[in-house]
Amino acid sequence: MGRTMMRLELPLDREQLRELRAGDACLLSGPMYTLRDAGHIRLLAELDEQGSDELPYGLAGQAIFYAGPTPAAAGRPFGAIGPTTASRMDFAAPRLYDAGVAATIGKGVRSAAVREACIRDGAVYFVAVGGAAAYLAKCVTAEETLAYDDLGTEALRRVEVVDFPVFVGIDTLGNDVYDLARG
Amino acid sequence: MGKMITKEQVESVLLKALPQLAFELPADILAGLKAARESERSPRASEALRLLVENAKIAREDRVAICQDTGSVWVCLEVGPDVMVAGDVLSRVDAAVASAYTEGNLRKSLVRDALFDRANTGDNTPAFAEIHTSERPGARLHVMCKGGGSDNASRVVMLTPSAGRAGIVDAVLSCVREKAANACPPLVIGVGVGATFDKVAGLAKMALMRPLDVPAPDERTAAFEDELLRAVNATGIGAAALGGSTTALGVRVKTAPCHIAALPLAINMGCSAMRRATFEL
Repeated sequence: MGRTMMRLELPLDREQLRELRAGDACLLSGPMYTLRDAGHIRLLAELDEQGSDELPYGLAGQAIFYAGPTPAAAGRPFGAIGPTTASRMDFAAPRLYDAGVAATIGKGVRSAAVREACIRDGAVYFVAVGGAAAYLAKCVTAEETLAYDDLGTEALRRVEVVDFPVFVGIDTLGNDVYDLARG
Repeated sequence: MGKMITKEQVESVLLKALPQLAFELPADILAGLKAARESERSPRASEALRLLVENAKIAREDRVAICQDTGSVWVCLEVGPDVMVAGDVLSRVDAAVASAYTEGNLRKSLVRDALFDRANTGDNTPAFAEIHTSERPGARLHVMCKGGGSDNASRVVMLTPSAGRAGIVDAVLSCVREKAANACPPLVIGVGVGATFDKVAGLAKMALMRPLDVPAPDERTAAFEDELLRAVNATGIGAAALGGSTTALGVRVKTAPCHIAALPLAINMGCSAMRRATFEL
């Protein structure tokens, strides 16, 4: 891994974010917010309607996890929860970073606009390992649905995690782990 | 009068198969992940493979889903010449899917209509079910739970005959370079070559049904699969696309006749949780 495994508390400290570099392995602990395709369309519509990009649901400064979990199982809040393809949220991510979201968590390559937003806003994109969803579900200790319950798995949820493993995908300088991987 | 396969038989197989597929990685895929982990030298890819192997163990032991995307369900009933079925033999498939996904606490990932009504159907139906006739005696049920991320990374390309073998290799590599990171590598790549525009995607999907430890039916196919696998792994994309030596666990190729003007190619990406099984009826 890039450097030694780093433990980070959520919500993330902006100064600490600047020290992260693409490829660093991190363990996240604290609250994160799940939101994916249909939820992003709803959220942007809400911002349009309110006429400002002041983030609702306490999302300012928080981390959005692109995920749609399975229902509860095995005594845990979710049986399985893992990252979905982040590029599908590229249409919304720059606006949400500009509005104050500190980090997004997903899998796969992001657009140039997302990279530029990370630089502009001092924000990051973390990648989680796709397909490790039973493992990641063991890192979740609590969940609460905040909005869009009618969307089922795509609802906005606040989830508490402990030692949730991620790699820094895009850092605040715009370095991209997938560029490093491609050499 | 041949052997009869009933809708109740199909339903009963699915009720057992579906939660099992969600919870337990097929043996060949798990063996592939373990072998990849043994040989991986990149620390990031090695950590990703460690998580995936540990993940499979947790899912199996705790009866939870391997991946939160428990997929859309594809069912293909293959019937041989000695088998009879009624036209409604697949009519209990959706009931089985709804029951298995609800009782198994699996994710419901289907919307009512792709364009006009994207409300979640709430029970993971409909399944995508079809009947194939076959020259092989007997009947078997192919089942696949296909994740959205890997299916999105798939494509159909209508190549021209002059593109040939090299054109196919190039197209597969382009698809892998552009899309592998979204498809949860290490991948299993289904490649269909031939038939027509609509049928070639089915060839690629059916190619994914052949387990990694079952060799290709002929030497030409086996050699082409090896060539493609070596080329895909030479990209260095690796597990979780974090850079590494195993971008794919296997490539599966299925070819067919086609028109003199055509060289249809389909690439169906399978993720590291390649959940599929075939059941003899």
